[in-house]
Amino acid sequence: MQSFTYERAASAEQAAAAVAAQPDAKFISGGTNLLDLMKLEIERPAHLVDISRLPLDRIEETAAGGLRVGAQVRNSDLAADPRVRSRYPMLTQALLAGASGQIRNKASTSGNLLQRTRCPYFYDRNMPCNKREQGSGCAALQGFNRTHAVLGASEACIAVHPSDMAVAMAGLDARIETISPGGETRTIPIGDLHRLPEATPHVETVLGHGEMIAAVTLPPPPPGRQVYRKVRDRASYAFALVSVAAIVEKSGDRIRSARIAMGGVAARPWRATEAERTLAGAVASDGAFTDAAEAALAGAVGHGGNDFKIPLAKRTMRHTLAAAVESA
Amino acid sequence: MTETKTSGNRSRETRIGVIGRPIDRIDGPLKVRGDATYAYETTLEGTAFGYILGAAVAKGRIAEIDTGEAERAPAVLLVMTHRNAPAQPDFGPAVTPTVPEVFTRARPALNSERVRYYDEPVALVVAETFEAARAAAGLIKVRYDEEPGLYDLPAHVADAYAPKRTNAGFETDSVIGDFESAFAAAPVKVDATYRTPFEHHNPMEPHATLAAWSGNELTIHTSAQTLANFRAGVASTLRIPPERVRIVSPFIGGGFGSKLIAHADTILAALAAQVLQRPVKIALTRQQMFANAGHRAEMIQQVRLSTDTDGRLTGIAHDVWSATSSFEEYCEQTAVFARSLYAAPNRVTRHRLIPLDINRGEWMRSPGEAPGMLAFECAMDELAERLGLDPIELRIRNEPVQDPERGVPFSTRNLVACMEEGARRFGWERRNPTPGRAREGRKLIGYGMAAAIRPNYIGAATARVAIDRDGRVTARLDMTDIGTGSYTILTQIAAESLGLPISSIKVELGDSRFPRTAGSGGSWGAASAGSALHNACNALKQRILEAAASSEASPLRGAGATDASFADGEVRLGQRSTSLADLIRRIAPDGFEAEGSVAAGAATQSYKAYSQHSYGAHFAEVAVDCDTGEIRMRRMLAVMGAGRILNAKTARSQIIGGMTWGIGAALMEQTVLDPRYGHFVNHDLAEYHVPTNGDVPEMEVVFLEEHDDKANPLGAKGLGELGVCGAGAAVANAIYNATGVRVREFPITLDKLLPALPVIAI
Ligand SMILES: Cc1cc2nc3c(=O)[nH]c(=O)nc-3n(C[C@H](O)[C@H](O)[C@H](O)COP(=O)(O)OP(=O)(O)OC[C@H]3O[C@@H](n4cnc5c(N)ncnc54)[C@H](O)[C@@H]3O)c2cc1C
Ligand code: SF4
Repeated sequence: MQSFTYERAASAEQAAAAVAAQPDAKFISGGTNLLDLMKLEIERPAHLVDISRLPLDRIEETAAGGLRVGAQVRNSDLAADPRVRSRYPMLTQALLAGASGQIRNKASTSGNLLQRTRCPYFYDRNMPCNKREQGSGCAALQGFNRTHAVLGASEACIAVHPSDMAVAMAGLDARIETISPGGETRTIPIGDLHRLPEATPHVETVLGHGEMIAAVTLPPPPPGRQVYRKVRDRASYAFALVSVAAIVEKSGDRIRSARIAMGGVAARPWRATEAERTLAGAVASDGAFTDAAEAALAGAVGHGGNDFKIPLAKRTMRHTLAAAVESA
Repeated sequence: MTETKTSGNRSRETRIGVIGRPIDRIDGPLKVRGDATYAYETTLEGTAFGYILGAAVAKGRIAEIDTGEAERAPAVLLVMTHRNAPAQPDFGPAVTPTVPEVFTRARPALNSERVRYYDEPVALVVAETFEAARAAAGLIKVRYDEEPGLYDLPAHVADAYAPKRTNAGFETDSVIGDFESAFAAAPVKVDATYRTPFEHHNPMEPHATLAAWSGNELTIHTSAQTLANFRAGVASTLRIPPERVRIVSPFIGGGFGSKLIAHADTILAALAAQVLQRPVKIALTRQQMFANAGHRAEMIQQVRLSTDTDGRLTGIAHDVWSATSSFEEYCEQTAVFARSLYAAPNRVTRHRLIPLDINRGEWMRSPGEAPGMLAFECAMDELAERLGLDPIELRIRNEPVQDPERGVPFSTRNLVACMEEGARRFGWERRNPTPGRAREGRKLIGYGMAAAIRPNYIGAATARVAIDRDGRVTARLDMTDIGTGSYTILTQIAAESLGLPISSIKVELGDSRFPRTAGSGGSWGAASAGSALHNACNALKQRILEAAASSEASPLRGAGATDASFADGEVRLGQRSTSLADLIRRIAPDGFEAEGSVAAGAATQSYKAYSQHSYGAHFAEVAVDCDTGEIRMRRMLAVMGAGRILNAKTARSQIIGGMTWGIGAALMEQTVLDPRYGHFVNHDLAEYHVPTNGDVPEMEVVFLEEHDDKANPLGAKGLGELGVCGAGAAVANAIYNATGVRVREFPITLDKLLPALPVIAI
């Protein structure tokens, strides 16, 4: 870990300005991801702007009937909020399926969205990795890529975004509010926050330097039953091999609408719009769920070690849809 | 130095019969309060902090190393590389005899520009703070001339060689009868090849050392399982007499075999402390532990079994191909247990090694049985199915009357009793012998079992015990407590022997100034150190009695009896008795001291005359998600016959810890060696999975009443590793019973099951 300077921001505007003022400054929230990366010198910020004490830790009702979640709301608190539990149960399920109790107590909403990939080659500075060091190559492509992406990847990078929370939020059409150094704000649909790798895997989001996430807004809960299903190698404290967040609204024996997002398959929480389309109006049946799962993974490409994720994601989606319908 | 405080008055301080009781750990309160000081927490005035930089390539040589920037970095005191490290002996020949030099040989660090394995130390930075040292290490620039290396075991099986011996000194091969003909002729057979992966110990406490010189005396505070090995290893690397090295290791946060010999943290701390004339502290990082503190090697195991139509084995063959290091051999005794487990007239076991450009493998909990039984006990399950026999019945039919290869009787062997008792308690009759049939909702349910066997070793050990004028007893030995409960059982042994309450006994461990023991390893700690202490207590009692009979001040003088006893704090001689403390005060105001020893087991007559093992039976129930293939444990049971149990609580903890290792080996533990770069890819605890609490189900442990009088004076046998042996196979067999899918490549992760799992209608 290289030495760095540190300041505690007094306000959101000031924090954004402080990061913008230095090219290698970074925000730090809970630090559960950033500090690990700094110890390994994968991240080497010269200056840290601590935003964890900013008064962005409230969950408020919005006029539209949704919730506005401050960037500094801890993962544990968000999961436990009674409004979240009753109206956005799959968000609570996703949060509780992530990391460990200790980490969730520290991890912030914004930090969770912006946590970096767990690709093991990214974590070892001696290995080629385009994300860590532009143009050095991708060790995972021909290597141990069991946990890697099957959708939206490129020759340059096949890493996945590891968050559970973000997958549920993607299914809920969350919107990200940011504040920029000049004080201007903007709202980004969660589906647009993370970029796919293409030729520039080191550029992971659409945020500008110094642009700070202030809040995440959840629209009013969509009709239908919500289920988050995470598949992992052990019962707890493991990242998703694949996960599925599904909301299915039924009308009689037909599906009126469905919203589906997948985790563990791409560099961003993956909204399965094709699958949603095939389900709209279909009779709720094993066949419809299977078709939806096929549609969701239609463009999927494996890289050897992660080939199994394609059938796994299909099977998981099929069953998660059935579970959402069953309990509707 | 150790201060083992005994916990306060227990509800009823018992004297006779205190051995076996499930008393709480004596060091428990210290650990819970944070008062147990581990190596890296030890503070000495003026301590400097070291940080190791590891090699970025797995094979080659350092062409250029630029330490200038690091040397100029703030608070840096020393940057040590092969160019300026104090002279050390050469590492020596590529292949070494397996025992015993391996424990004591010089293990030089930073003494060559050669890089032998990925992340091998290439520099050490010492600074005023840990942070400064780590930051400066990041400023060192190294250019390597990289060379191609071998990292792919399956690709090089054809180049395998036979070592002279396996670990622990066993014969490399054993051949009895004519296996090949028996196998060819047999009506029923199994020929199955299994793969077991690289695994890492990952004790909670990393390898850490604080080294300090005082004149030419070196004191090493470290995390060591076996102090004598560390002492010898440090002395031969630094070329100083062992008497000038003191090792202190009172508390150890787990070792699992990875702390039997000194590693780079110890050697480099000693060297740097010598150069700087200041105490130096170094810990391996978690990531560094993967390359620098040993591992269990990857293996390919072929198991062939043949029977007659009644399920009586006519042939057993267990062939093992294991990875080893190109510069130092380690051959795990993977097939050795198979020499003693089941009867069969024709038998072969063989060990072969494939050298890779990696660090040397080391002893990892249950070396041999852990990987070996994982394969072998699955093959037995495959055989039972082929025969249409219950797996327990198959094993009963092949129960030997004496050790099948050595031809000597067993000291005690309760394998059949363990299996039968286990079957009854587990509800084994509810198992559906046809796999893939039991379903609860979308879970496929399966039952599995496996046998457990683990040799009983005993190592040479000496203990010293002293009693003072107040009747307080202090026992000292260089034994270690690696979290197993040594402090506690040794206290119990002394308390029972001397008839004193637990609170009168103080056991001091983990200091090489104390009498030498075999340390903690190979499950022999309790029996070896315990027997030495038992003998020391007997010697002490003898001294007390002699003095009591003759001393003028003794109230027992002239009792003229030979039937003496020590109980309830009193000494009784014939009809007369007196308080022990009172007696000592009268006859020996300075107290008494005595020593006791045991010889290494292999040297004893009893070891030659009897086949000595602990046994057990493991049972497991699993649930497999029919959609995702996720495997979760439901419950486990172990029934063990392991001699006399010294403390029912610490013994149970050892077994459930071992069973948890079985879950890890069956379901998740695997370090992936990248065949292109020669590095362990998943080298941290986020990616190297061990079972979490959520993965560990309800576990029941039952000990059968046993006393092995051939094993040692205590009647106890080793059990620290027994819980691992076969546990993983029971899990794997349960997975097969649940799904009908036999995965022979460990760990059994869902991706290996999934292709064969049918899609079940919703
Ligand atoms: C062992 C382990 C297991 C884990 N398992 C899981 C899991 O199963 N599922 C899962 O979802 N997660 C898991 N996590 C990850 C965990 O959820 C993240 O570490 C955590 O959410 C990050 O939050 P933080 O506040 O600590 O972020 P930090 O570490 O503080 O920051 C992360 C990044 O976000 C940036 N940042 C933070 N806040 C802002 C902001 N407001 N505006 C702009 N940039 C910002 C920082 O600059 C940094 O780059 C695991 C982590 C560990 C260590
Ligand atoms: S997948 Fe991406 S993060 Fe991983 S090595 Fe390749 S470029 Fe780096």
